[in-house]
Amino acid sequence: MNQDSTKISLTNRSKVVSNKKMTLLERFYLPAVLKGMSITLSHFFKREVTIQYPEVKRPFSDIYRGMHVLKLDDEGRERCTACGLCALSCPAEAITMIAAERKEDEKDLYREEKYASKYEINMLRCIFCGDCESACPKEAIFLTNRIVPSQYKRIDFIYGKDVLVEKKDARVDVSKRQTPEVLTFKQDKSKSHNK
Amino acid sequence: MFKVTIDNKSIEVEPGTTILQAARMIGGSVVPPAMCYHSELKNSGGKCRSCMVRVAQGSTADPRPMPKLVASCRTEVMDGMVVENLTSPLVVEARKAVVEFLLLNHPLDCPVCDQAGECDLQNLGYEHGANTSRFEEEKRTYEKIDIGNLIQFNPNRCILCYRCVYAADQLTETRVHGILYRGEKSEISTFIHQAIENDFSGNMIDVCPVGALTDKTFRFKNRVWFLKPMDAHRECPKCSGKATIWFRGDEVYRVTGRKDKYGEVHDFICNECRFEKKNSADWIIEGPRKIESYSVINQNHYKNVVIPSVINPIKEVME
Repeated sequence: MNQDSTKISLTNRSKVVSNKKMTLLERFYLPAVLKGMSITLSHFFKREVTIQYPEVKRPFSDIYRGMHVLKLDDEGRERCTACGLCALSCPAEAITMIAAERKEDEKDLYREEKYASKYEINMLRCIFCGDCESACPKEAIFLTNRIVPSQYKRIDFIYGKDVLVEKKDARVDVSKRQTPEVLTFKQDKSKSHNK
Repeated sequence: MFKVTIDNKSIEVEPGTTILQAARMIGGSVVPPAMCYHSELKNSGGKCRSCMVRVAQGSTADPRPMPKLVASCRTEVMDGMVVENLTSPLVVEARKAVVEFLLLNHPLDCPVCDQAGECDLQNLGYEHGANTSRFEEEKRTYEKIDIGNLIQFNPNRCILCYRCVYAADQLTETRVHGILYRGEKSEISTFIHQAIENDFSGNMIDVCPVGALTDKTFRFKNRVWFLKPMDAHRECPKCSGKATIWFRGDEVYRVTGRKDKYGEVHDFICNECRFEKKNSADWIIEGPRKIESYSVINQNHYKNVVIPSVINPIKEVME
């Protein structure tokens, strides 16, 4: 390493290429090839690190934060009242909504007099932090252990109510996301303002 | 001039000033909250009891403490009076009880209510209330009535502060609504449907401390904290024309009076300004409205951001 290069180096991590002559054994190349092959072959007898996804899936944590769901209540009415707290708490500003007033004949569709006529989450912006879930006063939005599927177009990542709201006959189970402490808290009648 | 001490802070005020007004002259944490008192409305106050304070010394002439907590909006100061607001544990305890009483029949439907985010009762509950309720019975509910096509009325949320009654009495010549029945059954009503027609009726929305009276043209349009309030005025033959207009993007979502830090409007505006002029071209915009820092309306509004200058950085460095 000459004087100039030490002056230029800012990180002291630069390596000077050595140009030394190879020994006779090194010039055969065979020992080095065999050494490499032995490393490769030894992996045949080690535990596999990859899995054959979609056929095989890794076990997920019960509280994995994946794709959102908008829950219905026990009678199949939408819980969301478009209060806007999820959008307010969202650090990525991924959530937008438009509220509307429930009509007389829609009482079996929406739980309260206000509902979200449009509810969109931009899955490209979402960072899956779960703040929307914590902010929700109506237990309407939950993150689930489902993965957001890949799409070809960016516009397809803006999920509307057609994807987010759970279907009446195919409910999404989120009971495991609520710890026993949360469930006992909810049973306390003095805190039951959420009915 | 009378000298009065509130929470160890002294001020000299004119005789006839109430404790609440004196506290507001000092400002800061010594100011008791008020739900029913409104400085622009004569005789308002004395209903909600949330401004209760302890008078530790009646006056210099008679230094005995007052036997019970007093409503500061209705009690005039005496010379040498010593008042305790938050320094007295009695007051803190009493205020917690008042919040609990106000919330007995008030529905907790803030996610639905348009007033949420600028609601006096919400602020009172957060600052002075307990975070649980001991009330297990059914809440009192009323049948909804339609009082007109501009104002949405939800009687369940009313806390009977009488502010809207005084506003109608003092701003207009004919009042068509009032409190019907007595005691626990009392309710604000027009009795006749669709009766509110006065040109200043919209001010009932501004004076209402809760979400009982809300703007029908803004109903469920947006949450207040997503809007950006701007001070604006216009030439109006009927009223002062000074208002706050609430933007989202370039669109005006609603027009309200200018509320000060105690939630009180001093320049009442007419219904034409409030409900019909929802176009930014109708207004001369003065600038962003200052909102108290604790308010949720300030959320996600970036302030005091230094925008880096890219016009001629070299020139600046050289200078």
